[in-house]
Order: sequence, then C-alpha cells, then structure tokens
Amino acid sequence: MDDLLREFLTETSENLDVVDLELVKLERDPNNKDVLDKIFRLVHTVKGTCGFLGLPRLERVAHVSETLLGKYRDGQLTVTPSGITLVLSSLDRIKAILKDLEANESEPAGDDGELISQLEAAATGAEVAVARASAMPGKVAEPAAQKAEESQEASQDVDLPPQDLGRPLKPGEVSLDELEQAFRSAGAQPMNDAAAHAATPDTASAQPRGDAAKGEGSVAQQSIRVNVDVLEDLMTMVSELVLTRNQLLEMVRRLDNSEFKVPLQRLSNVTAELQEGVMKTRMQPIGNAWQKLPRIVRDLAHELSKKINLEMIGSETELDRQVLELIKDPLTHMVRNSADHGLELPAVRRASGKSETGTITLKAYHEGGHIIVEVGDDGRGLDIARIKTKALERGIVSEAELQRMSDAQIAKFIFAAGFSTAAKVTNVSGRGVGMDVVRTNIELIGGTIDLVSKQGQGSTFIIKIPLTLAIVSALIVETAGQRFAIPQSAVLELVRARPGSEQRIESINATPVLRLRNRLLPLVYLSDVLGLESEKAKTDEAYVIVSRVAGQTFGIIVDTVYDTQEIVVKPSASLLRDIEMFSGNTILGDGSVIMIIDPNGIARAVAHDAAGDQKGEEVQGHASALRRDETTAMLIFRAGSQEPKAVPLSLVTRLEDIEVNRIETSNGRILVQYRGRLMPLVFVSPSQNLKSEGRQPILVFTDEDRAMGLVVDEIVDIVDDRLKIELSGENPSLLGSAIIKGKATEIIDAAHYLTLAYDDWFVRHSDHQTRNAPKRILLVDDSAFFRNMITPLLESAGYEVVATDGAENAFKLRDEGVPIDCIVSDLEMPGTDGFAFAMAVKSDENWRELPLVALSSLQSAQDVERTRDAGFDTFVNKTERHRLVSVISDALNRGAAAA
Amino acid sequence: MNTKRAHSKNSAATTDFVTVMIGGQLFGIAISQVQDVFSPQAITRVPLAHPEIAGVLNLRDRIVTAIDVRVRLGLPPRAKGEPCMAVGIEHKGESYGLIIDNVGEVLSVPVADFEDNPANLDERWRQASSGVYRLDGNLLVVLNVEHLLEFGRLAA
Repeated sequence: MDDLLREFLTETSENLDVVDLELVKLERDPNNKDVLDKIFRLVHTVKGTCGFLGLPRLERVAHVSETLLGKYRDGQLTVTPSGITLVLSSLDRIKAILKDLEANESEPAGDDGELISQLEAAATGAEVAVARASAMPGKVAEPAAQKAEESQEASQDVDLPPQDLGRPLKPGEVSLDELEQAFRSAGAQPMNDAAAHAATPDTASAQPRGDAAKGEGSVAQQSIRVNVDVLEDLMTMVSELVLTRNQLLEMVRRLDNSEFKVPLQRLSNVTAELQEGVMKTRMQPIGNAWQKLPRIVRDLAHELSKKINLEMIGSETELDRQVLELIKDPLTHMVRNSADHGLELPAVRRASGKSETGTITLKAYHEGGHIIVEVGDDGRGLDIARIKTKALERGIVSEAELQRMSDAQIAKFIFAAGFSTAAKVTNVSGRGVGMDVVRTNIELIGGTIDLVSKQGQGSTFIIKIPLTLAIVSALIVETAGQRFAIPQSAVLELVRARPGSEQRIESINATPVLRLRNRLLPLVYLSDVLGLESEKAKTDEAYVIVSRVAGQTFGIIVDTVYDTQEIVVKPSASLLRDIEMFSGNTILGDGSVIMIIDPNGIARAVAHDAAGDQKGEEVQGHASALRRDETTAMLIFRAGSQEPKAVPLSLVTRLEDIEVNRIETSNGRILVQYRGRLMPLVFVSPSQNLKSEGRQPILVFTDEDRAMGLVVDEIVDIVDDRLKIELSGENPSLLGSAIIKGKATEIIDAAHYLTLAYDDWFVRHSDHQTRNAPKRILLVDDSAFFRNMITPLLESAGYEVVATDGAENAFKLRDEGVPIDCIVSDLEMPGTDGFAFAMAVKSDENWRELPLVALSSLQSAQDVERTRDAGFDTFVNKTERHRLVSVISDALNRGAAAA
Repeated sequence: MNTKRAHSKNSAATTDFVTVMIGGQLFGIAISQVQDVFSPQAITRVPLAHPEIAGVLNLRDRIVTAIDVRVRLGLPPRAKGEPCMAVGIEHKGESYGLIIDNVGEVLSVPVADFEDNPANLDERWRQASSGVYRLDGNLLVVLNVEHLLEFGRLAA
C-alpha cells in the first residue's frame, strides 16, 4: 500500500475516534466552545487530507459536516442533538468508506447524496426531520435507505458484538450499502473484515484474504515498532546512567592509582555508546516529515491552477522523532496555506513582474540549541489592511490599540483562533482553522512561531522548536558565586576580557559592549539578567561567551568559565518553568544541582535592554534575510573633491573629531595623540589639506594595538545599500566605483591607506590571520549521525569543518583544492577504510604533512597500534568526544611547531 | 528517617501526622504524603524564582525543589546559621522539599479533634492549612500540601 495512503488511514481513523468522543461530549454540553473548536479542527484536517489524496467522496462528506460544524462554532446555529446525530452519521459514513479504502486502496463507488443534502439542510438552519435518527445514532448513515428494514437491522449490528454477519455474506445480492454496513460492523473484529472481503464481488478473487487487515503485519516484519514510551524510559535510564558515570569519574579522579580506573573507563565507554545508540533511535531526518509534501503541493497546484515549485533545504536535519511527529501536521497546514493564500495565480504574478511559478521554500537547520524550520513563499505577502479589518470585526482588538501596533504585530493576528483572511472559503484552507492549530501544536512542544511578511514579496513563517535531546554538551560558568550551564550549541566562542587590553568591556551609556573583530558586540551581564548581586566589580577581568541565537549575536559576561560537561537536561519543576532564562536543570558530577541557561531567554533580555522597538528590529533582521541581495552599510564622506567617497562601515572602528591644534608633525608624518598612543594620520587624496582651525573629522581604523586615522573633509552619511562595484580604475587607493543612492561613489581601499600608515601592517596582519583564522578540519566518517554530532562540536571549538562520508569524497575535496589543516577520520568505513585512507594520505603530496587523527569505536591495543602503523598521529575513541577537541588542538600545535 | 515513630493507637478514628515546627507553631503533614525527612544540603538558589522557592537540591540523584515554608507563610526568615530540616513530598509527579525548622514525632490524632480553620486566620495561612487539631495544650495546624505548592499560579 502507498505509504501516504497508509498514513492517511491511520491518522484519519485516530482522528475520527477522537471526534466521536468529542461529539458525545458536545451533545451533553452544547455550549462548550473548546470542544466545538476541537471537533471542527479535526474534521477540517480529515477533509483536508482527503482532498489531497483525491478522495472526492470522503471529501464531500467531510466538507458538508465541516460546514455545519462551522456554523455551530461561529454561533450562527445552535447545537441540536439531531445535528450532532447527523454529524455522527457522516463520520460513520467516512469510516465505512475508509474501511473499503483500506481493503481496495480506492474509494468505493456510492451515493452520499441524501446524507449530504441532510447536512446541507441542517447547515442552512432547517431542523431536519431526523427525530427517528437521533434515537438511534448511526442510522442516518444509511444512504438512500432503499432497504430501510435491512439497514436498520445492520446499523444495530454496529452497537452489538458482531456475531450476526450471516446476511451480508450472501453472495450475489449485496448492495453497496449493505457492503458498507458490513465493513462497519467488521471494524470491531478483523476476522470478520476478511470474511466481508470474501463476500465482496470485486475483491473476492483478486485480493488475498485479509490483505488490508494484515497490512500492518508486513510492516512489522521489516522493523520492530517500539512504543515511544519505551524509548523515553530507555532514554531516562541512560540519562541516569550518564549521571552516575560522571559522579564515579569525579570520585575516582581524586584517587591516585585506583584499581577502579580501568573498569570505570570501560564503563564510561559503554555508557557513552549506549547513550549514542539510544539517541540515535530517536533521531530522524526532518525529510521524513516532508516526504508527502511534494505530492500535496503538486495536487494543490493543479487544484488551484497555480504553478508551484517546492524547494526543500536541510531535509537531513535530524530531530527527535517525537518532535517530528508533532510538527508534521503544522507543516502540512503551513505549506497548504502558502500555496492557497500566499502564492498568486500565474497571471497575477506575471502582471506584478514575477515569474509565473511561485516558490514555496522549506528550510530546516540547527541554531542555538533549537531547530528552526522556515516555511516561506514568494507570493503576495499578508494583506495587513484586511487583517486589521478582520481583527476589528472579530473584536480581537480595538481601533485605538490597532493604531499603536506595528504591521508586524498586526500580522500576528493570523495566529488567533477563528481568524481567516481568505476572502472566499476555498476547499483547501481558509476557514480560519489553519494557523491557530499550527500555533497550538507548536506551543505544545515548547516551540514558538513567528512570521515575516512583505507586501508583494511573500511571507515566511519561522518555527523554532526546542532541542529536546536529553543529553547535551554544556559550558559550566560562574557568576555572582553561582554556577550555571550554557548549552555548547549556543556558544560561538569564548573571549577573555581584561581591563586595559584590546579585548576589554567598554560601555556606551552604561550598556556594555565589546569590540570583536572590528564590530561592536552587545554584551549582557549574566548576573544582571538573573537579578543576582555580583560582588565583583564590573571592570574586573571577565569572560565573554559569544552566543548566537535567533539571528542575534551577543556576548554573555560571566566571572569564570570552568569546563565543558555532558549534562543530562532535566526539566525544571513546574514552579520554575515560567522563568524564561532557564531551560532546565541538571546534576553535576560533584552532585550539585545547577540551572541550565536558555540562551533564547538571554537573547530576549539583550533585545529588551537594547533601546527601541525590539520586535521591529527582529522582523527587520528576518526581512533582510528574505532579500536576495545582501546590503552593506557604507560610510559616505568627502575628501579632496566634491565627489562622494565611501568605505564599508564595518571596517571603520570609530569616527572622531579631533581639534586641529592637537595634530602634530614629527619626522614628516602627521600624528595625533590618541588614547595614550601616537596615531598616524593619512590623507585620502594628495590634494587634501588639514583644516586650518576647529575640528578635523577622521575615520579611525584599528587592528590589534595599532590605529590609523584617515583624514576626511566631511562625513556625509551612512547608507545601507547593495554594494556593487562596477568600475575598477588604475588608482590603487580605490577599489572601484559604485552607484550609491543614485550617485557615482568612489569606494576607497582601506588596505591601501593602512599600508601608508604602517609599512608592515599587512605583514603583521597576515601573520595574525594565520594565527587566528579558523583551522579547517576534514572529518571523514561514513555515518551521517556521527558527522552531525561531531561537526557542531568542532565548530563550537572554533574550527571550520568539512565533513565527508568517505575516502573517495575526501580526495575529491583535495582535487578541488579545498585547504585543510587537519584530518579526522573514522576507521571502519565501507570501501576504503580508515587505515587505507591514512596510508593514502601519508603518501599524498599535498596532505602528507597534515595531522591525522583517528576517531573510532575500536579500542583494543592492537587496533590503536595499527592506526599508528597506518600513519595516524593520534587516536581518539568515539566515546571520548570531549577529548577530541584538545587532541586536535595538540595535533595542530605540534604540526605548527614542526613546520 | 530520623523521626521517632510514635505508637499508633490503631484506632480507625485517628489520623497520623508527621509533626514539624515552623516559627514556633506546630504543624502536621499527613504521613501518607511524606516520602522523606532529610537535612537539606547544598541548596542551589534559583535566580528569578518566587521568593518561596529556596532553591533546588540533589536528593539521592533526584532534583528536588525546596520550598521555604516560613516565607510561604509570611513568617520572618530564618536567622543565618539557624538549623533547618526538610520534609520530602511528592506532588503531581514532582519532588519537593518543604524546608521547616525541625521535625518532631509522628502523632496519631483523633479525627474528632479536628476543626476548620478559624475564620480570623491570616489569608496565607488559610490557604496553606486545611484545618486545626486541638491537642492537649497545643494546636496542630494541618498543612495542605497541594495549596502550599500553588503559590506560583496565585502570584501569576
């Protein structure tokens, strides 16, 4: 059976069971809006899925009952028992059709006309004469009711144990209605299902007996289905084991020559392997959840007469299977919404100068301990005006409130329950059910959803799902005398800040900042955001943890940084869960409990601290990501002539106005005392002169401990524009010219002036570069799982990582000339194994000198010996991942010393 | 457990309470709710938490949330260095430690001696207590554990 169909069947029957229950609840309590909402959504989902799979009969039945439910929900009709009965009977009909579908993989022929017209009548408000039916739920499910008596008898069977199956078995004289009835009664007992098959004229011979009923069985043979709870329990136990192991390690570390050391090491390895194994069972690529989307999109495109191209990026991003299950439906909803509401018809697109084919982009990636999934389209964008009108109509917001809201805030109303902006209700979406379901589902797993929309350019939904992995690598830090754990995944780098050094914490209006590679990094004191009183003076030596989450880079200032530990994330007690600065807590090896910092919470605190409309900025950030062309902030100035000149702002450390009388001349060079040192000043053009009085504007460029001032006549503006250098002249001081703000502007080459100030600037600079530029590590491992696990580990340690799945591709990289500083390779690989690879590397002209690290789960002494023989410099056990970073840095240092 | 288990009268008409002292007042916690009595050590403060939450601690490899019952009842804080004890309870699948001054015996008290909270009792106390037992020469206030742990929601 088609995977898609099978999934549909499972899902739908689960949903229907829930609807059944809820409807009964509703009947008892007709005014319960929550229950009604829930039923409506479920039926909506059923209908939606039917539509995609090309099941018109199911879809029609579901559609009319949804219409009726919609009226109930909106309060246009009051819930009546007969109405509920009608809906119940439509559900029964759906179930009957599903049964047949399961057996034959196609929708049975049949007429639902009467049921549909009853439902339609009910939806128009007419109290249909279903009094008889209400007394006996399921009865109305009988279409046409040509054989009223028989039908009634059959419908009773549903409620009774299915012992009376004799009648529908009579071959030759089965009507479709009876057949459906048979399937319905069969539902209670698979055996009967098979029997019913035998009776069906069109399946009796062609279909093996009980094929559908046993369909699950064949899947079960290929793999073992394990209840998620079992995996959860297993994970919990492994977590406990890891904790105990950590404690033991901590204890034994203090003992010299303990006899426990060896067995404990073994225990440690096994634990780590077990942990990896269990984690692996829970990880699945997000692509699994995307599998059915291409078909859905294709069908949608057809149905809506649109041209749609679906792009999927990062489908290999792995996430916890439980999370995956939970986001599947929201994703489908969103893709459907993008296709239906977001993208325009080809003619409209052509008219607005876009290509006829609209694109829906799905993108998944890891960021700051979260998984980000983006669903974007290049359609018309959200209609803010219509959302406003609708929000007012629905009473969600008052006119006055609306006045004060930004467009981005208004756009978020689409997440409100019962909100739909589609002008007409289509079959695909547009009943105001989609986005609030999506939001509810995502919030259920602790995620968030945000959106960016640009009129005429499209909208992008950004879903952020927390990392639910129970075990993470974390940095243990201290502030105000208390220790905290910061997930390694959010840490970009560590900077030690000391007063008086180049890397020192400075402040602008009491807001701490750090200059990092000529950019200003906003900082936040961890003690401040946590409301702790730090005894340490803020000017003292401190560590800055450079983090990046939610597209925001910032530094967290802490007093001390200890080590990195594998910690077991335990959810905080419910009383602590509303503190957004923490994502959980853990027990360290020494037995103490520490809180785990949620970098997202800190990021929000940083944004709050930063003056201005934080939401606006956030949205702007995303919006710029939407644009295809990156813009560059350029500083526009005049020097020597009237033509504007420009330099990328990021290169400029500071703009200064210096009093002319402070400028001195020494040995033919113009200098100024700047921050206790002499800073050379350089003219942009030879025709330039210093101002005769007043203040002289200069641009300060710095690198490490040196500074240079570029003398300009006037600073004109700072503009954010696409930098496209069009003409490159002979003049070495210019990179070329570009059109900035409609004017031809000369882009100066800052490097040229730097060499004018210091002859050796670039000699030093390049030297500095090699010292600090990230080393590139080639990681060769056939297991994607390990590649995905190790890559971030190395990246967080400041390396650049090129990962590949085997020796062959590794050498391809060499042929492409990708520079590599160190190779880390697995040993057991299909094809060329690690040993052969190492020998090949060692005999390779280009790679011979590179440090070569073996990473393997093999661990016997002979194996280690063999790696040496093959040419590996070092051996690291896969279970000792934490050691890998230090081994690599040692290997690189040794290499550098040897060179 | 370092409580002395008092003799139980084995009569159907009594209830067993672990007695604790908080700010000079005798309290009782239903024995069925008490998992442990321990001396709290190495409590990690949780920044930004409600003041009633003393912190989190490791009790036999479980993370326990410690509630300072004095703060919860609006009593003056314990002086620095003053000893304290904790009663371990479980509530909705989570472990809590109620920090109290010290733990007394387990008492079996006749159900007949139970009375509702006096009407003039302080609001905080009324929430945290489900009633009072009249003992000889003493009053035993019954701690209502569920309500005691509900301050988060009340405050919010």
